[in-house]
Amino acid sequence: MDDERLTFGVVVFPGSNCDHDAYYASKKILGQNAVFLWHKEADLKGVDVVILPGGFSYGDYLRCGAIARFSPVMKEVVRFANDGGTVIGICNGFQILLEAGLLPGVLLRNSSLRFVCKYVHLRVENSETRFTNRCSAGEVLAIPVAHGDGNYFTDPGTLQRL
Amino acid sequence: MFLARIRVTLRPSILDPQGKAVAHAIGTLNVGPVQDVRMGKYVEMKIQAPSEAEARKITEDVCTKLLANPVMEDYTFEVSKI
Repeated sequence: MDDERLTFGVVVFPGSNCDHDAYYASKKILGQNAVFLWHKEADLKGVDVVILPGGFSYGDYLRCGAIARFSPVMKEVVRFANDGGTVIGICNGFQILLEAGLLPGVLLRNSSLRFVCKYVHLRVENSETRFTNRCSAGEVLAIPVAHGDGNYFTDPGTLQRL
Repeated sequence: MFLARIRVTLRPSILDPQGKAVAHAIGTLNVGPVQDVRMGKYVEMKIQAPSEAEARKITEDVCTKLLANPVMEDYTFEVSKI
């Protein structure tokens, strides 16, 4: 019988600490296949979806995500994304996507200087995307956040486009 | 051999909460009216290059590709022979 399950690839950087959560969620909660992708290997092993997990890649040295961006695996992730592949960046993974130039902008230190750990409510403005097509437009999702550098910044023109 | 001394600073338009916290701490020292503290990074790099021009070019490259994120940071540097 053909295996119709998707394969999620979870990239592991030195300092990733939510990689096992992402692996568990893909495998046990979504019931799909999951593999770890080591940052030194420039090989995505034919996965269908790439997850850049949260954590503190390379100790957050220089800027969050700035060093991870130059890992061998990231070249392949950028190529995969540019070819239309699905990439999910969670927390530090999202910072890496910003540093890699796959998404615009940067995350600055929280203006309160406090670590923020709470639920935020997001309204689904567009239910046509591959991330939201199981939601209905206008639905409000409660999403947990936990970050010290979650202050999104970009130029006004880009902000307008977003 | 050349030595590059690089400073990476937040752009003036970017809020610097770390600088603000340090400014607040300086305020408790009673040393005088210190205002507007901005934090940045200082990097030293030794470069084995045939000329100063080449060393400057390499430094420029490292700054734009890695050390500074142009969305929020500026950089300046000096290169000297050692």
